[in-house]
Amino acid sequence: MSHRSPRAPASIPFPATHQAIRHDSAPLHVTGAARYVDDMPEPPGLLHVALGQSAKAHARILSIDLSAVRAYPGVVVVLTAADIPGTNDVGPVVADDPIFADTLVEYVGQSLFAVAAETRIAARAAARLAKVTYADLPAVITIAEARAAESHILPPKRVERGDPLRVLTTAPHRLTGHLAMGGQDHFYLEGQISMAVPGEDGDMHVLCSTQHPSEVQHLVARALGRSDHHVVVEVRRMGGGFGGKETQASLFAAVAALVADRTGRPAKLRLDRDDDMVMTGKRHDFEVAYDVGFDDAGRILALDIVLESRCGMSTDLSGAINDRAIFHADNCYFLPDVRITSYRYKTHTVSNTAFRGFGGPQGMLAIEGVVGDIAHHLGLDPLAVRRANLYGGPGRDVTPYGMKVEDFIADSLMERLESSAHYQARRTAIAAFNAASPVLKRGIALTPVKFGISFTTSFLNQAGALIHVYTDGSVLLNHGGTEMGQGLYTKVAQVVADVFGIGLDRVRITSTRTDKVPNTSATAASAGADLNGMASFNAARTIRDRLAGFIAGRWGVEPSALCFAHGKVTGDDRSISFEDLIRQAYLARISLSATGFYATPKIDVDKETLIGRPFYYFAYGAAVSEVVIDTLTGETRLLAVDILHDCGTSLNPALDRGQVEGAYVQGMGWLTMEELVFDGAGHLRTHAPSTYKIPGCGDIPDHFTVDLINQPNREETIHRSKAVGEPPFMLAISAYHAIKAAVAASGGTGPVVLDAPATPERVLMAVRARQAGAEP
Amino acid sequence: MADCVRFVHRGQVVTLSDVPPTRTVLDYLREDRGQRGTKEGCNEGDCGACTIVLGTRDGVLGMAEAENIRYRAVNACILFVTALDGKELVTVEDLAGPDGSLHPIQQALVDHHGSQCGFCTPGIVMSLFALYHGEAAPDRSRIDSALAGNLCRCTGYRPIVEAARAMGRAPDAHTAGMMETLALLRSIDRTDTLTHAGGKVFAPATTEQLAALVLAHPGATLVAGGTDVGLWVTKQFRDLGTIIHIGGIRDLARITDADGVITIGAAATVTDAAEILAPLYPDLGELFRRYGSEQVRNSATLGGNIANGSPIGDSMPALIALGARLVLRRGEIVRDMPLEDFFLAYRQTALQPGEFVAAIRVPEPAAGQVFACYKISKRFDQDISAVMAGFSLTLADGIVTEARLAFGGMAGTPKRAAAAEAALIGRPFDDAAARDAAATLAQDFQPLTDMRASADYRLITAGNLILKWRMEQALPTTATRVPAFARAIGGGA
Repeated sequence: MSHRSPRAPASIPFPATHQAIRHDSAPLHVTGAARYVDDMPEPPGLLHVALGQSAKAHARILSIDLSAVRAYPGVVVVLTAADIPGTNDVGPVVADDPIFADTLVEYVGQSLFAVAAETRIAARAAARLAKVTYADLPAVITIAEARAAESHILPPKRVERGDPLRVLTTAPHRLTGHLAMGGQDHFYLEGQISMAVPGEDGDMHVLCSTQHPSEVQHLVARALGRSDHHVVVEVRRMGGGFGGKETQASLFAAVAALVADRTGRPAKLRLDRDDDMVMTGKRHDFEVAYDVGFDDAGRILALDIVLESRCGMSTDLSGAINDRAIFHADNCYFLPDVRITSYRYKTHTVSNTAFRGFGGPQGMLAIEGVVGDIAHHLGLDPLAVRRANLYGGPGRDVTPYGMKVEDFIADSLMERLESSAHYQARRTAIAAFNAASPVLKRGIALTPVKFGISFTTSFLNQAGALIHVYTDGSVLLNHGGTEMGQGLYTKVAQVVADVFGIGLDRVRITSTRTDKVPNTSATAASAGADLNGMASFNAARTIRDRLAGFIAGRWGVEPSALCFAHGKVTGDDRSISFEDLIRQAYLARISLSATGFYATPKIDVDKETLIGRPFYYFAYGAAVSEVVIDTLTGETRLLAVDILHDCGTSLNPALDRGQVEGAYVQGMGWLTMEELVFDGAGHLRTHAPSTYKIPGCGDIPDHFTVDLINQPNREETIHRSKAVGEPPFMLAISAYHAIKAAVAASGGTGPVVLDAPATPERVLMAVRARQAGAEP
Repeated sequence: MADCVRFVHRGQVVTLSDVPPTRTVLDYLREDRGQRGTKEGCNEGDCGACTIVLGTRDGVLGMAEAENIRYRAVNACILFVTALDGKELVTVEDLAGPDGSLHPIQQALVDHHGSQCGFCTPGIVMSLFALYHGEAAPDRSRIDSALAGNLCRCTGYRPIVEAARAMGRAPDAHTAGMMETLALLRSIDRTDTLTHAGGKVFAPATTEQLAALVLAHPGATLVAGGTDVGLWVTKQFRDLGTIIHIGGIRDLARITDADGVITIGAAATVTDAAEILAPLYPDLGELFRRYGSEQVRNSATLGGNIANGSPIGDSMPALIALGARLVLRRGEIVRDMPLEDFFLAYRQTALQPGEFVAAIRVPEPAAGQVFACYKISKRFDQDISAVMAGFSLTLADGIVTEARLAFGGMAGTPKRAAAAEAALIGRPFDDAAARDAAATLAQDFQPLTDMRASADYRLITAGNLILKWRMEQALPTTATRVPAFARAIGGGA
């Protein structure tokens, strides 16, 4: 009964900002009434689209025989590269992402053609009937193969300070090491989907599950060979995004639009889960090699670190992602003489893309690996070594890329968490347990997070909003940010309600549309609330200022003396309800609609050298994780988690806590169980939840505490809050280091060699390596 | 002869006459009925976004006052519409009141911020609905089991667990309407074979009808829970030809206990089999807790798991170790054989044309028997094992007289470790014996490397499991298993 509006008894606190208000769609979620793209009423004549895929990682296409595809019952049209009226490309930065491969395929699963049919099943079944002949070309699949072949998608980049190579030779201790970390599939529960509805005179309306409606609009227009103003992209909500719907939605939107344009019929393209996992980009896997010099306390004197990433077959966002890895290869640690080198490899695998953290997790896991190895090498508590290396003190406050760390609070966070989580007492108890336990070993670790907030591509740090106030006093809010579950719509509505001094129930949030707010940036980089909150605040302030000027004039008071609160406007001893004020303002011909705009101040970074201030501010956090491992099987289990996280003055503590917990668990999945396995021919072998395992309910310990430090952002963000989408993802590095600590307890000395994800197999092999090394 | 699928939905009998043979319940709901609250996340029964609940008559059937309805969560994406026959269907749209008031489960999820993107939420609501009607005050472990088949990528589950703890079990509309629903369910009960889809689909009501049908259609695809066959359709677009549904055959789902042997009808669900076997063999109970998910166990049958000959059936090594036997039937001819003899090669079994698995016979524990089983997987819940082991020893005067060590994931079929067994027999089960047995495994197995694990890991771990088993005998109070240890100190399930 979708017409019925579910309701949850709602008390509406005022002011709404900083309150733990539920997600605006929660009652719709729990009743099944929340509509995702595939739930929209299907327009008459709808065609269903499926894609034909490459079976080869790298090959020349000799021929494609589509006769069986065309002949399949229900098939209406088949499109190939030759059928594209505009540009055969959806590359977001560089034009190297063909919609349909023409003569060359560069990964298994690459789109070759589209088939549109009367039913989804007919389209999918027909898509498998193409007869394609290939001439194989040498395929580069792994980072090692790419390194050997010098296969680069972008030139290497390096950030260097001081003379690390010289200092390495004089340091009291020197250690080299290597760490490989896997990629990660987004596994948003709602797969990629677009529905394109053709309009008159070349118009195209695309309902799309994307974090970046503007880019989808521009790329759809380019594929159609039309101006942007012909295309409207609309997103009410996504069933999860996590970065996987930033650039990855464009291909499917473009294909749906091409079919709709060709046939004049609406067209929907929804990927099956397996196809989604094969065809769409993932988190970059990295290999890290380091050479570090340090003193007796474990304090780093010099570091030479190399970050190598598998970017896949195209550029996509790999430049910015690898830049961010460089920007986070310090985490919370001052690196006096340092050289960070980044290689961005081209491989014949799906093009890797944005994923929560955007390279930050990889850079941070690298430096945490270095610090942990130093501790194990010296036989010190890893926490003591982490402390010894923190930013702070004279001359220890500038990052390798030249940005001064002005807002550092990781030290106090760590101290507070060490105490509240009883880190030292538990460490002692764990050592006693391990001494008496032959098979099971426990481990604990406390790791910090410092994450830079802003798009490192500076021009993206802008946002727009559009607000209408109707004559009954109800407010319609629209901004460029998209809702993927993070609660952005709720947070921004809270901000707007408070500007007008009205209840949150008077503000309605509408789907994100490119014809309402143009030229938006992706909802990404954790910046959704920072940017759209401020743009919407500005739009609301514009209207409020008009209202204030109007009523202050009537009352003969100063506008600054007016107070908008509790649904009323008061000034001196006079008062008017917001609704009455709106009606009077309308009659007085005051504009009740406004746009708002925001551009992040202070940021400035050199694109080539990466030197400058890429970030407006940093968000911080720290986590303690405790695990148990089985030294006979390598099985691991998380036993307890304690988190202290910095959201500035939280706009909504309930939603922020949800982000922190969800991000931690997603990070834990990345580092412990989610394993992307490509075979030698480039086929992804883990392309469904049967083989690719994300954390389940039972993987979450009962002891899972999250505290938010409620401390204002020193920068002027919206209500002094801080971004929260990505930073807590990296809190899960503590779980990985807790596993390392447990492996260390199984015998032997020195650094623990353990690649990520720490699957049972890797843990068992790490245990065996240590036990073998410990034998005389 | 019945030719319509009939089920109860929202207090009414729904009659469907022309359903395509492999139409899934999910597509039926979303596309045929336009009820799009139930979501598709993976289309293979692994993510739970499509979870619906089926109600069946339970209690003392035939005694109206002693009947009740048992609600079970299942995955709609790989369930064929025929499987709805005779049941009550409950979907996420059916829980809120007519005035829009939320069900206590829904309210608890809202109050605890249990949804973010909301796409998994309908499935979570339905899994919790089954739990709500299933038992009072479920503990964390029970909540984890109920939700093991529901993946959420946003929340990290903590708020969902809190909602499950807070939802209570106040009587709801389904409780209030139970007598009426039972009457409707009785009214659609069948004793004859349902035949529809132009004679391509049969759903017999008795084993006798089944035996005749299988003999008449020896090439037919038998579908019990469909948790494997469903994927042949949703992922491979296979035409299954003639289909015989056995899920509705009550006398084939019977579980009996006589003469020291538990006989599990081939159509008994894993959930039902586990309820009987878990108290006899606690390790088997733990294995079944991690076998698929609740949705899968509620549909899948032990008989189906065995009959499809998959090398990765989690229960087989344990059942082989226990000396389970299979009862096969062809027409009126019934034979039985040891379970391990049933598997000839990868996905090849000893079933003859016209023959079907009728029952699995599992002996009760014997004096002097030592049994353990182990499952090794990347994720504890709802994962397919990389290595599966079932071990059983019979000891007389401290000397091993019989050894049955069976492994899954180590060969093309579930297989006994002959050399390892020989290494154990005729001596005490001590550290040296365990080491000797572990060392022989390379003679018994040449495992493969695949996406779940490498050959090395499989072989090492298989041997280590024998060592672990021995250690558990020697040090019975020492914690040796990660899941049990974690549960004991509150670290998840």
